[in-house]
Amino acid sequence: MAGNTIEVDIKVPNKTRYLSLIGKIGEDIARELEKYSGDKETLAYHLNLVLTEAMVNAIKHSGPKEPEKLVRIVITLNADNLTIRVYDDGQGFDINTIPPPNFDELEDRGRGIFLIRSLMDSVHYHKECQENILEMRKKLV
Amino acid sequence: MNLVNETRKDVVVLYVKEERLDAHNSSELKTVVQKLFEDGTKNVLVDLKDVRFIDSSGLGALVSGFKNAISHQGSLKLSSLQSQVKSMFELTRLHRVFEIFPSTVEAIENFQQ
Repeated sequence: MAGNTIEVDIKVPNKTRYLSLIGKIGEDIARELEKYSGDKETLAYHLNLVLTEAMVNAIKHSGPKEPEKLVRIVITLNADNLTIRVYDDGQGFDINTIPPPNFDELEDRGRGIFLIRSLMDSVHYHKECQENILEMRKKLV
Repeated sequence: MNLVNETRKDVVVLYVKEERLDAHNSSELKTVVQKLFEDGTKNVLVDLKDVRFIDSSGLGALVSGFKNAISHQGSLKLSSLQSQVKSMFELTRLHRVFEIFPSTVEAIENFQQ
């Protein structure tokens, strides 16, 4: 993977059984990076996790249940820049109001966005046309 | 979810025989652990030797089990974490909450103390 831009544009049913498929695509991309100087296996895990968390988020926030509903995920790799966009058509939420987990209190939930923020350089959630986009960027050096 | 259940010296060992513990399958683990404590089990060990990937839902299911243990005066411990799985416990500070052992044998010995 040298030089050229790669864009993977995937649509899968909004079901958790496809989490593994999406996560593995992230792992494969990490392992194929020729110039990445860090540990590729760690990066592979991190991309798997970020894609898994983002897709679960899209499933949770998608609009009214329809049997054939899809989640769209676009992964773009341009030189050292990785961008992952995950689309949902739900009501959306304000990502800036989600607090980090309270480490002194044991909650079952509320670690997903924290993990994404910890592992990516920037995370934004915004509305575009009728869809919400969770956009996550990371510089791969 | 593929879970193998074995009782060794008053400890119910649950071997998670899955590559991933995530939002797709973790609620099943949560339910099984909850039932064990409700049925009177005091000591539960969750062995994660085969788990190479865990997400926030997987972590959440284990936290739920840990809280269940406390509310039933029992205990839940973990064993055989792969290094990348362990790093997720560290990132979320959960390594300070759980007692984590390198092997099932060491964990079972600890339950006897």
